[in-house]
Amino acid sequence: MAGRNTGGMLSGESIALSIGAARFGVGRRSAAAVAVNGSIPAPLIRLREGQNVRIAVTNTLAEQSSIHWHGLLVPFHMDGVPGVSFPGIDPGETFVYDFPILHSGTFWYHSHSGMQEALGLYGPIVIDPAEPDGAAPFEREYVLMLADWSPTDPHTQLRKLKTMGGYYNWQRQTVGGLLKGKDQNLKERLEWAKMRMDPADISDVTGITYSYVINGHDSEANWTALFAPGERVKLRIINASSMTNFNFRIPGLAMTVVAADGCDVQPVETDEFQIGIAETYDVIVQPNEAAAFAIIAEAIDRSGLVRATLAPQIGMAGAIPPKRRRPILTMRDMGMDMSGMDMGQGGEIDLSKPANESMDGHSMKMRDLSLAPGVKPGPGVATISPMPADRLADRPTGLEDVEHRVLTYADLRSRKPNPDRRTPSRQIDVNLTANMERYMWSIDGQTISSGGQPIPFREGERVRVNLINHTMMPHPIHLHGHFFELVTGEPGNRPRKHTVNVLPGGKASFDLTADAVGDWAFHCHMLLHMHAGMMRVVTVRAAGDAA
Amino acid sequence: MKPVSFAALLTAAGLVASAPALAQDASDPHAGHDMGAMGAMDHSMHQMPAAAPAGAPDPHAGHDMGAMDQAAQSDETARMDHSTQTDHSAHMDHAAALAIPDSEVGNAPPPPVPTDHPADAFWDKARMMRARAALSREGAFFGNALILDRMEHRSRNGKGGYAWEATGWIGNDYDRLAFDTQGEGTYGEPLERAEVRAAWRHAFDPWWNFELGVRQDFGHGPDRTYAVAGFRGLAPYWFEVGAHAFVSNKGDVHLRIDAEHDMRLTQRLIFQPAIEIDVAAQDVPELGIGAGIEKIELGARVRYEFAREFAPYVGVHWERKLGRTAGFARADGESPSQVSAVVGLRMWF
Repeated sequence: MAGRNTGGMLSGESIALSIGAARFGVGRRSAAAVAVNGSIPAPLIRLREGQNVRIAVTNTLAEQSSIHWHGLLVPFHMDGVPGVSFPGIDPGETFVYDFPILHSGTFWYHSHSGMQEALGLYGPIVIDPAEPDGAAPFEREYVLMLADWSPTDPHTQLRKLKTMGGYYNWQRQTVGGLLKGKDQNLKERLEWAKMRMDPADISDVTGITYSYVINGHDSEANWTALFAPGERVKLRIINASSMTNFNFRIPGLAMTVVAADGCDVQPVETDEFQIGIAETYDVIVQPNEAAAFAIIAEAIDRSGLVRATLAPQIGMAGAIPPKRRRPILTMRDMGMDMSGMDMGQGGEIDLSKPANESMDGHSMKMRDLSLAPGVKPGPGVATISPMPADRLADRPTGLEDVEHRVLTYADLRSRKPNPDRRTPSRQIDVNLTANMERYMWSIDGQTISSGGQPIPFREGERVRVNLINHTMMPHPIHLHGHFFELVTGEPGNRPRKHTVNVLPGGKASFDLTADAVGDWAFHCHMLLHMHAGMMRVVTVRAAGDAA
Repeated sequence: MKPVSFAALLTAAGLVASAPALAQDASDPHAGHDMGAMGAMDHSMHQMPAAAPAGAPDPHAGHDMGAMDQAAQSDETARMDHSTQTDHSAHMDHAAALAIPDSEVGNAPPPPVPTDHPADAFWDKARMMRARAALSREGAFFGNALILDRMEHRSRNGKGGYAWEATGWIGNDYDRLAFDTQGEGTYGEPLERAEVRAAWRHAFDPWWNFELGVRQDFGHGPDRTYAVAGFRGLAPYWFEVGAHAFVSNKGDVHLRIDAEHDMRLTQRLIFQPAIEIDVAAQDVPELGIGAGIEKIELGARVRYEFAREFAPYVGVHWERKLGRTAGFARADGESPSQVSAVVGLRMWF
C-alpha cells in the first residue's frame, strides 16, 4: 500500500523523486496505483522564491512517465510534457529537472503521461516568498489536496463512456421524478429531449465509481487539521482531481480568499467557491470556538463528497451537512443567453421567466456552424452555443441559488497591479467542442491526433483569447508556462490565473502576454477530455523567427 | 489509515501581524452589477470575427445572431430601442467601462504556425520525434464493445422458445467494424431464423452513422446472403433508429426500419418500447415472404439495471405477419399473429 504523505516534505536545492508502482486503497476498495517516493499524494515540495532547484526524477514503472510542475513558470523544456517540452522519462531512466524558482504561491505537480495522475501521481508544491509577506497574516497553514479516486482504470472509464455517454450518471431525470414534480416539467423535458440534450449531465465520471479524498483520506478516515481558537489558519486548497470539479465550503466559517492559482488576490470573503480541476485557492479562516468544523469538498453533480475536519484536538469530526440536490442545467448552460432577449420590456430584465418561453417564434438552431467559423464541422461537434454569454461573473454550476455568498471570478482582484496593461493587439476565439453521446472532445472541432495545428503567438505580444464553451459541461482550461489576466473588472488588477473554468454554454476571455518562448501544452484539465482530444500546443516564437 | 495531520505544515507562521490594509479594496464595485446588460455587451464582442475591422459602436450588434431570423432581429432591436433609456443605457455604459471593448482590441494578423520544434534543440531529436508521435497516438481512440441487448426466453401458447439480439464494434470514433446478430427459435426444433451482419459503420454526423456490409441468414428455408446499406443513429427525443436496405444474392430487395427508446421510470428501472417493420419489394415464396409489408414486431420490456452491464428484464413481444406473408404463414399452418411473454437478460462486455 502506498503511504499517504503524512508529513513528508522535500526542500532544498536538490530533490530526488522516484515514481513507482503501488497499491492504493480507500475504504474497502483498492487498486493498482502510481506513487512518488511510495506516497499518494506525492510528497510536498516546499521551496523559496529566488532559489534554484534540481529535481532528479527516476521512473521505476514499466511504462513511460513524466512530471509537470503545474503553475510554475519554468523554461519550456523543463515543463514536463512528453512530445511537447521533452521526450518523457523512459522506464528505468532518471531525468533531472533544473530550473529557477521565479515566484511564490501554491502549486502542484503531476504526471503528464498515460493518465497516471488518476492513479495517484500528484503532489503539492508550496513556494514561499523571497521576502516575508505580511499582507495576509496567519498563524498556521495546511495543504488540502482534493482528488477523486476510482479502482477503475481511466482507460476503462473512457471505453465505457465511448460506449455510453451517460454510463456513470445515475442521477438522470426519471418518470418517477416527473410524477413527484422534480426537475424539469414535461414541456421542458420534451424540448430538451428533442435536442438530444440531457440537463442532468453535470459530470462524466461520478461518485458511483469515485471515492473523493482530501490528502488521500475519505470522509471516514477524516483527515484532520488542528487549530487553537482565535488563530488564523491558512488553507492551501488544490484540486488534483482527474474528472471532478468541487464545491468547497466549511459550514459555519467564512473564508477569506487571498490567492488564486498561486497569485495573490485582494482578500475577499466568501462562504463557498467552486474549484475547477487544477485550480488552487489559498483561503484564511479564523475559527473562534473550540469546535470541530467540517471541511467539505462536494462533487459538483453532488454524487458524493469528502469531509475533512478542522478541530481544536485530534479525534473530533465535523458534521457532514445534508446532501444537496443535483443541479439541473438551464438554457444559459446551452449557450442561450436569454437575458439579452428579455431586455427592453419596460427596461426590466426578467430572469425568473423560463428562458425558453421567449424562444417561441424564433428559430434557435443548436448547431449553426456559421456562428463559430473557426470550428471544423464533424461528428465530434454536436452543438454550437447560439448566444454564449460572458460567464466570468456568474455563479458556477449548481451554486446559482444557494443562500450564502458564492465566489465568482469577478470577485477576484489581483493584489499586485497587472504587469502588462497594453490593449491586446489582436484576439482569437478558442472553441471548446464536443459530442457527449459519442464522448468526443476537441478544440475547434479538432484534436492533435486529427491534425489540429498549434495555436501560434509572437513573443511579447498581447492577445485576447476568448474561450467559448459549446458544450454543456464546465471545462477547466489550463495554459502551461504563463499566467493570464481574466477579462473581468476594471483593467489594472485583474485576476491572474493559469487555469480558468469555462462555464457551460458560456464564454471566458483572458488577456495573455506571450512572454515565454517555446512550445506549451494548452488543454482542458478534465483528464479524459484532454486524453480524448481537448488539447492543443501553443507556440511562442520571437517575432520574425517563425520557421 | 488513521488520521494524521500534515506535521510538516504545522508551521506556526507568526509572520508580520499587520491587518490586511487591502481589504477595503477587495469589493469590486461592479460585483453586484446586473449581468443582463453585460451579456448583451459581450455578444457584440463575440460576433465580431477576429479579423473584422475595428469599431462596432452599435452595442446592439450583439443581437445580430445568425440563428435568429431577420424579423425576430428587427423586432428585438425595436424593443430595445423602445425601452426606457434611463436604466438600460446606464447599464450599457457600465458594461463598456468594465472591459476594454472589442473595438479597442486590435486586429493584428496572427503569426504563421511554426513548423520547428524548439525542444529538439535540448533533447535527442529522434526521441522527441517518437514522443510527438506518441502524443498524437494517445488521443486517437481505438476500442471495442460487445452488447448482448436481448437474450430472452419467449413463451407463447404454452410453447417455449428463445430469441437473441446482440451488437458489437471495434474501431475509432469515426470508423468501426460493426457486428449485429439476431435470431429466434423454439426449443426442441431446428433454428427458425438467424442472421449475422458485419458492416463498416461510419460516423458522418454527430448523431448518425452510415453502414455498409453483408448479412448472412441461417435457419428455416434456404440460407441467403445479402448486401446491406443503411443508417443507424440517434433521432430527436432519444430514439435509437435504424433503416437498412438488403439485396440478396438472388436479387430480392428488402427494407427494415427499427426503433427503440429507453424511458427511465427510476434510475435503474427502464421501460423500453421497440418496433421493427420489415418490407419486401417482391415475393420470395421459398422464404415465406410476400411483397409489401412482411411483418411488424412490437416489444415492450422493463429491465432493472443492477449495473449498466447486467440488467434482467421481463416484457411482451408481439409480431404480426401481414399481406401475402401472412398468407404464406397460414398455408404453413402457422398463425400470422403471435404474442409472447419474454424474460431475459441484457449484458455488456
